[in-house]
Amino acid sequence: MSEMILDDQPQDDGTAVNQNPVERAAALLKERFPDAVTDDTRDGYTGLMVSADKLVEVATALRDDIGFDYLSSVTGVDQINDNKMEVVYHTYSIDQGGSGLVLHVQVDRDNPVLPSLTPIWPGADFQEREAWDLLGIHFDGHHDLRRILTWDGFAGHPLRKDWKEVFYEEDHKPFGSRWPGGEVFRAEEKTVYGKNVRYPEGWLPTGDEYDVETEMYTGITYTRDQQSGMKTDKLTVNMGPQHPSTHGVFRMVVTLDGETVIDLKPVMGYLHRNHEKIGERNTFIQNLPYTDRLDYLSSMSNNHGYVLAVEKLLGSTVPERAEWIRILMVELTRICNHMWALGFLLNDLGALQTPMLYFYLERELILDFFEEAAGSRMMCNYMRFGGVAYDLPDYVREQETISFLEELIYEHIPAVLDQGDGLMTNNEIVRARSIGVGILSREDAIAYSTAGPVLRASGAQYDVRRAEPYSYYESLDFDIPVRYNGDIYDRYLIRMDEMRQSLRILEQVLPHIKATKGAPIVDGKPQYAIRMPNAGESYGRVENPKGELGYYVTTRRRESNPDRYHVRAPSFINLTPLGKMCEGHKVADIVAILGSIDIVLGEVDR
Amino acid sequence: MYGLGILKGMAITMKHFVDSYLDDIFWAARGGRYYNDEALKVRQGLKGKGVKTVFYPEEKLSVPERFRFVPFLVTDDPPPGQKWGKDWCTSCGICAKVCPPQCIWIERGVQPNGRPKPEPNQFYIDIDICMNCGFCMEFCPFDAIKLDHDYELASYDRTTAHIHDKERLSKPLSYWREIAPKKAAAEAAIRDHVDELKAWKKANGRDADPSTAPKMTEENTKQLFYRGEYY
Amino acid sequence: MTAENSAAGSPDIVVPDELGNNVVITNIAKLLDPVYNWGRRNSVWPMVFGLACCAIEMICTAASRYDLARFGMEVFRATPRQSDLMIVSGTVTKKMVPTIVRLYNQMPEPRYVLSMGACASGGGPFKEGYNVVDGIDKFIPVDVYVPGCPPTPQALINGLIALQEKIDQQSIATVPWYRKSDPTTDLVPVPVLGPDLVDLRQLNLIKAEALKAKETAEAETAV
Repeated sequence: MSEMILDDQPQDDGTAVNQNPVERAAALLKERFPDAVTDDTRDGYTGLMVSADKLVEVATALRDDIGFDYLSSVTGVDQINDNKMEVVYHTYSIDQGGSGLVLHVQVDRDNPVLPSLTPIWPGADFQEREAWDLLGIHFDGHHDLRRILTWDGFAGHPLRKDWKEVFYEEDHKPFGSRWPGGEVFRAEEKTVYGKNVRYPEGWLPTGDEYDVETEMYTGITYTRDQQSGMKTDKLTVNMGPQHPSTHGVFRMVVTLDGETVIDLKPVMGYLHRNHEKIGERNTFIQNLPYTDRLDYLSSMSNNHGYVLAVEKLLGSTVPERAEWIRILMVELTRICNHMWALGFLLNDLGALQTPMLYFYLERELILDFFEEAAGSRMMCNYMRFGGVAYDLPDYVREQETISFLEELIYEHIPAVLDQGDGLMTNNEIVRARSIGVGILSREDAIAYSTAGPVLRASGAQYDVRRAEPYSYYESLDFDIPVRYNGDIYDRYLIRMDEMRQSLRILEQVLPHIKATKGAPIVDGKPQYAIRMPNAGESYGRVENPKGELGYYVTTRRRESNPDRYHVRAPSFINLTPLGKMCEGHKVADIVAILGSIDIVLGEVDR
Repeated sequence: MYGLGILKGMAITMKHFVDSYLDDIFWAARGGRYYNDEALKVRQGLKGKGVKTVFYPEEKLSVPERFRFVPFLVTDDPPPGQKWGKDWCTSCGICAKVCPPQCIWIERGVQPNGRPKPEPNQFYIDIDICMNCGFCMEFCPFDAIKLDHDYELASYDRTTAHIHDKERLSKPLSYWREIAPKKAAAEAAIRDHVDELKAWKKANGRDADPSTAPKMTEENTKQLFYRGEYY
Repeated sequence: MTAENSAAGSPDIVVPDELGNNVVITNIAKLLDPVYNWGRRNSVWPMVFGLACCAIEMICTAASRYDLARFGMEVFRATPRQSDLMIVSGTVTKKMVPTIVRLYNQMPEPRYVLSMGACASGGGPFKEGYNVVDGIDKFIPVDVYVPGCPPTPQALINGLIALQEKIDQQSIATVPWYRKSDPTTDLVPVPVLGPDLVDLRQLNLIKAEALKAKETAEAETAV
């Protein structure tokens, strides 16, 4: 089985069929743009180096002629040593699957200007805004290049390598102040203000700069209706950041005509916890528990993506039992997450509390298993590079683990799904409120870079587990459910289908878990101080319950911490078409549409 | 048909409602459904029927051995009249280095001649920073730092209660044995095993056949983080 | 009985020893306190207010398994105007803190704040970040801290019981919300977002620091 893992590495000939399209596309692009496109020859890097002035043409050709129609991720990188700003684009083909074509674009660091790709892929919208916000890369032609995670008026671009926080101690962990002469301190005691704040030199508060909301409302006109006799204004309503149906601290600025939505602008960053900045200071292993807190409903899957990315860099192999345990955990997480998502969706549709509570009871049982296996209900921190942290426990709630899992997978969860199915799928209220609401067409779903259930409910049968199989998914028998209407109801059905498919996978995994009892669960001895043997970039992507979760990690040789650490967060990018989906619907539908996307703010804002 | 959904929903609610009372009758002769450890175990497992509520604080849902909350330091069992014994911590600093949010401060002890002493002079953990990840416990080569199971730490003032110093952190080995008996036994077995291995190596020389070396029992290995050849 | 009554009630009135078992000297506050506290402690309505990971555990606490209804706390209100308790459940970011303070100001008294988890108490693992507030108590008064990352539902209930105990300690005669011009009942000035988070209570300090920096810069250029 260990050979199989090697096959997942793109450089092996086992996936030659998948790799061909990438090579062919690269060759075509080089032929067509000989001056602008070259191979990226840096050590450990793959893909193409594209010059900024031809980027739009290259991207158009890639999308229209070569078939790489899906822009998965846009990553800004601060190459401070070369005095460059780099933007990395990961593009994939929805129909062909396989690995992606990576485009690198480098521009001058002092004046980083790139053409925006939003006209070609509107899904680049938020990601480019994020790169502008955090790295100060300007995208020419972007229709709305405002800050997205921090606020307007924020001083500086925090992900730049020369930007230091208030509580900055050292570039890399571990900090020298902790040992051997550790004198405990609270970081805030060392600042004048006693808080995590700092103001630019010479800045005096005047009161004018406090109005950070104005830009939000620019472009919104308050015109009287033309109809005679009617004296109505367009109305701007703020939903969130404190709103019971926004699933956290998410905010939408909604412009209404009567009760109909004309325009909706998502505002995020209320939970921006600087995951990436902290991640670049952390050592590789220290990032693991932080990934738990991205999509805090599915920490196991977050771990999985990150360990895949780092394992690619390390070149470590994973023992068979560990792989099976990983799949077991990840699929249980998917069920957990979808139960939560559907519970909340129904809550948003008006079925207040009751269906939610029944789903949560079952989720608690899965969490019991996680707690028993990993030590924590939510923040599992269970996977390690080259394996998992512990073997499965002997007992879960006084029941033998295998018998617990069997009962859970064969009897308990199917019964709960049937119960939920019977209650909701044909419920007239659910149907009336969800069918035909929040429609996203297949073209839009792909263009807006959506992923996961949102993409699949719109008719694109794309799942990373099948498109670019990792772990043992290639050898497992399961279907990728797909629905074609792209409305809330289909997104609900897709999640129901996916849970059943997960059960199917779990049924196949259990015999392997039993057969590999006592086998090693980690490759070698886990190290706390890992130094990367080679320089390079790595992109580990997994099918998270919310969609494609990708970790872009770059490192230099013999480094113990990542140079750039970027998370392609599915919830964040799935929000890009929210405004489009809500247009023309009523206020009450916004809540349901948002619920059907299933976001977790920890991942949206990071 | 309109209204069918409501009826279905009410039927399910009714089922759970009735289940609770049936379960109540079942447990009536067995010590009661509530405030009864036996009943709690069943109720919280897969076989549970009806209302699943844990009546905290009267009944507490047990936490597993691997449960992680804030860390504590293991010391020897205390001699009579004292709260704890000798520290197991050698102030090697691995936990402070691996800690992801860097919430551990260790002041290494100094011998009179100025050389480092293998025990901490002071040991602080800021539990307002700690993320309960368990890396300190996982990588500690001396089994000296463990994650506690005591989650009842609510306080009215964080300035005094939330930086745990060595005094607050230290707990005797017997406490660890109590909260995680299997794991503690396995760790003790490993320590013995390592000594045994050393003795075996000394006795047999380097060229001895490794297959004849003493082995750990499977039961014990399972309780541990995988540690390669146990260190 | 006698000694306790005369000490706690009114020290001026001396009860003769022979009447000690028959006379209880008290005041209205003392009579009302148990009722007053009993009413409040068993109907603490929290606000639906989830910030981050801890919010999930908060919802789990309110769900069937742990069931906050046993404490009269199941009525999660979506508006601050109807709630008594703000459970700050998760990381408080600079962008969010003006909203939180505004919500706190909108809560009617008696109001309580429970800081759930390491992040809300002191910044947690994200403390070093540039957008994270190192403890919500820098802005609003906090009654109970629940450590943990995240605290389990049982740990949260433990914190809520601690809050109930705190409520039991209060007396109708001394609670700040019935007294005029008590500083703890004032509105907290809502912080604003400038180049960084600006706590309006520190405006003078910020100005002084800016002037000081200017002076040092001028002195350096003069040299």
